[in-house]
Amino acid sequence: MSQAQTESVDEDGVIESVSGPVVTAADLDARMNDVVYVGEEGLMGEVIEIEGNLTTIQVYEETSGVGPGEPVENTGEPLSVDLGPGLLDTIYDGVQRPLDELETKMNSAFLDRGVDAPGIDLERTWEFTPTVEAGDAVEPGDVIGEVPETESITHKVMVPPDSDGGEIESIESGTFTVDETVATLDSGEEISMHQEWPVRSARPAAEKRTPTVPLVSGQRVQDGLFPIAKGGTAAIPGPFGSGKTVTQHQLAKWSDADIVVYVGCGERGNEMTEVIEDFPELEDPKTGKPLMSRTCLIANTSNMPVAARESCIYTGITIAEYFRDMGYDVALMADSTSRWAEAMREISSRLEEMPGEEGYPAYLSAALSEFYERAGLFENVNGTEGSVSVIGAVSPPGGDFSEPVTQNTLRIVKTFWALDADLAERRHFPSINWNESYSLYRQQLDPWFRDNVAEDYPEVRQWGVDVLDEEDELQEIVQLVGKDALPEDQQLTLEVARYLREAWLQQNAFHDVDTFCPPEKTYRMLQAIKTFNDEAFNALDAGVPVEEIQEVNAAPRLNRMGTAEEWDEFIDDLEGDLESQIRELY
Amino acid sequence: MKEYQTITEISGPLVFAEVDEPVGYDEIVEIETEDGRTLRGQVLESSEGLVSIQVFEGTGGIDRNASVRFLGETMKMPVTEDLLGRVMDGSGNPIDGGPEIVPDERRDIVGAAINPYSREYPEEFIQTGVSSIDGMNTLVRGQKLPIFSGSGLPHNDLALQIARQATVPEEDEGDDDDDEGSEFAVIFGAMGITQEEANEFMADFERTGALERSVVFMNLADDPAVERTVTPRLALTTAEYLAFDKGYHVLVILTDITNYCEALREIGAAREEVPGRRGYPGYMYTDLAQLYERAGRIQGREGSVTQIPILTMPSDDITHPIPDLTGYITEGQIIVDRSLNSQGIEPPINVLPSLSRLMDDGIGEGLTRGDHADVSDQLYAAYAEGEDLRDLVNIVGREALTDRDNKFLDFADRFENEFVQQGYDTNRSIGDTLDIGWDLLSTLPKEELNRIDEDLIAEYYREDAAEAVQAD
Repeated sequence: MSQAQTESVDEDGVIESVSGPVVTAADLDARMNDVVYVGEEGLMGEVIEIEGNLTTIQVYEETSGVGPGEPVENTGEPLSVDLGPGLLDTIYDGVQRPLDELETKMNSAFLDRGVDAPGIDLERTWEFTPTVEAGDAVEPGDVIGEVPETESITHKVMVPPDSDGGEIESIESGTFTVDETVATLDSGEEISMHQEWPVRSARPAAEKRTPTVPLVSGQRVQDGLFPIAKGGTAAIPGPFGSGKTVTQHQLAKWSDADIVVYVGCGERGNEMTEVIEDFPELEDPKTGKPLMSRTCLIANTSNMPVAARESCIYTGITIAEYFRDMGYDVALMADSTSRWAEAMREISSRLEEMPGEEGYPAYLSAALSEFYERAGLFENVNGTEGSVSVIGAVSPPGGDFSEPVTQNTLRIVKTFWALDADLAERRHFPSINWNESYSLYRQQLDPWFRDNVAEDYPEVRQWGVDVLDEEDELQEIVQLVGKDALPEDQQLTLEVARYLREAWLQQNAFHDVDTFCPPEKTYRMLQAIKTFNDEAFNALDAGVPVEEIQEVNAAPRLNRMGTAEEWDEFIDDLEGDLESQIRELY
Repeated sequence: MKEYQTITEISGPLVFAEVDEPVGYDEIVEIETEDGRTLRGQVLESSEGLVSIQVFEGTGGIDRNASVRFLGETMKMPVTEDLLGRVMDGSGNPIDGGPEIVPDERRDIVGAAINPYSREYPEEFIQTGVSSIDGMNTLVRGQKLPIFSGSGLPHNDLALQIARQATVPEEDEGDDDDDEGSEFAVIFGAMGITQEEANEFMADFERTGALERSVVFMNLADDPAVERTVTPRLALTTAEYLAFDKGYHVLVILTDITNYCEALREIGAAREEVPGRRGYPGYMYTDLAQLYERAGRIQGREGSVTQIPILTMPSDDITHPIPDLTGYITEGQIIVDRSLNSQGIEPPINVLPSLSRLMDDGIGEGLTRGDHADVSDQLYAAYAEGEDLRDLVNIVGREALTDRDNKFLDFADRFENEFVQQGYDTNRSIGDTLDIGWDLLSTLPKEELNRIDEDLIAEYYREDAAEAVQAD
């Protein structure tokens, strides 16, 4: 959390009442969304309602023991995040307090109250190299220098958006802390590497564009059937145990974004620990550097204060936008947006607001769309192009997609990966239901897939979709009369569909090779199944009984494609064998 | 300490009193009635001049003349290693006739959240001796794995079996000389269970000698409902103390979470809060998380807290808010199934909807056995397929099915009768469990085992079993 402005303490108020995370104070001179410090211990809170002389505050920490009469101190600033080098390879709570720093300061493994820490290390020094010279004119957002922030990411130091710009008077390379001046403008304005930005407003951009490049996830069902664009939005709803978190983790690990911001919003503590332990050891498939060096984690677990859960989504997207401004492709995973919505509901009910659907506040839909609208492919104010892709997990109660959070999310996002409890039960992972899911980006991404993967990619994919659709219809008949009662060609279709499901759509996130599948492999695997399909139908036309085709011993090897290390050769051999073995039958 | 006789309103479990000095939120209150009883409560809302108090023991007998004292601190409990072997009521008062508890320390019962950065990821396999858990939904130290059950199902027998049999295999071999048992503790928090159920638990603890390494907190069905909101917190505070200060590996059994949630609803209703789904308060997720998240391991600390909460799903409905919210917080669930139970399967665990999220990191070479992950995947897939076919058989009959389908049907039957079925007194090692798994998988054709690595098939697949089936 930003606290560089602590010198400007305004008016003090007095606590009037306390009820859980909601505190009201009298005589406090504050604006909406100002950050305040509550009580003797100085618990951080935010102004959320002003009525006459009474100000309502949501407090980001436990309020046990806090009582009326204690002071409230206003900082006069909205909830802001610290931006600058040092954001990556860090783990924050919902209001950008670094959790490792908190552990040291509190000297305990448990989270205490009333301890604050700046979002970026103010002591640490960085190697700054200017990219402009004295005399150059700069405007807000322009890059003036670079800092190697982590092994894989170069941090670009920008003129703050609220600056007036002007001509550079002096700029030097060297070693600086984030608060030291690296450049001076002719207006006398001093620029440091440290910026602040209020989390509830979007950072400015020049223009929002239509995305045409996919965010390649290395996951077959996503890249193959339901791709998301860089700058796109996606929702992953699913009941518990259907694999939302594993799906999010897979995207955080393997997607080809430059920067990943992972927001654990109201989820399990152990899951965040898993990320903290795993990511430093995993390699970015693109750069070979540790994944952690491109990652910023925000962890507000379910037992941490509910108000900070409400803010962690905003903290995350603001950090994402900051890296977007540098021209990077950023992917933000929010797990789970339902917890965020529930936090809003909880606060809203403590305020005794009139509830909307299922007790959620009436502004739920507005809050969700405002958040997702901050995603996109942007032309930045400094002329570079950057993107923020947002992938939000949704946890619908009872797995019922008709509930308000899922429905309001679906109205906004363009990719929908529906997780299915039935698939999860039979350990078909990722349990993304291919009949219910959709991607509205397919069309605009097809040219990229044609150019970069295979000319006939969309056609082959469509073939796969058609077979799966047909299977879905046939299954209904099979349920009534059994498989053997079907005509032979339909039996064969079922067989092909089974390979599509088991060999292609299923992917083992815990297998060293299978966990990441480049788009070329996704395509080749699908093509191999199509080879089987084409050869098999030719054989059937030539009068070969379907049982004989099914017993071709190369066919089950289709199931091994995903885990094959030398997949290119493996698939070459397999296609050859399928062809020759099936042709031998007639 | 100031005393007030200013009660203005009494409603359900709540008492409202006027005060002239500020009172802290969550502070503990003592109310003395005219007949000399002292009741305890907690501040739910504190505003200038007026506080609302939730009374743990119920408001019966309180009138406007009762005196109210604010203790100036939030609820704390005494903690000490001497708690082991003791039986307390739901508010933490000893009911076993033993000596007074001399505390080492007094701890806040709400407990602070563990910093996610300080946690250690749980990956130490706990062998429960139950195949359907060890093999299919492995429990690890520091996990929270609830049992979802229904009224009239044997969840208590299962919980007791786990409490009795749970061990960590390597340690058994490593240091036999050590007093291995002293490291392990069971904390039992009962909320609103019947006296009979309580007796069942106590009898088992006494029979197996487990009581001396247990701490028991009992809130029975006829105890005040509001007290149930405190009981699990006492249990977990004790657990955290024993685990993170004294190095014990603690298993916490909480039963029944459904009663706990009913108590939350009761308080919410009395406060006239805007209700969430089915009348449960909107903050129930947060509230439950504050219980369940108190499981885990901490870097650099010896002990661990593993939780097995038990809940009975109202009308076996897993989408009911209580199991639903629980499932979103806990790391999986073990589902006790009514139809398996009526088939006489013991324990009647339905593995298909059951899940252990921490399984993948707790199993494999060096932890359990190299083939564990693949075997369990394959068992799942094959059982699911067999289960599907059962519907079909009902319509078209067995003859209409292919040979392949019939094998899967037989597999599903044998899986239930040989793998899941084991009785409450059988303790199977993980090796035994996996071997039974291979016995069953070997009845299927090799090519169908597409979830298992080829090398493992070569090592474990039993050709003779496959031929035996073919010969039938």
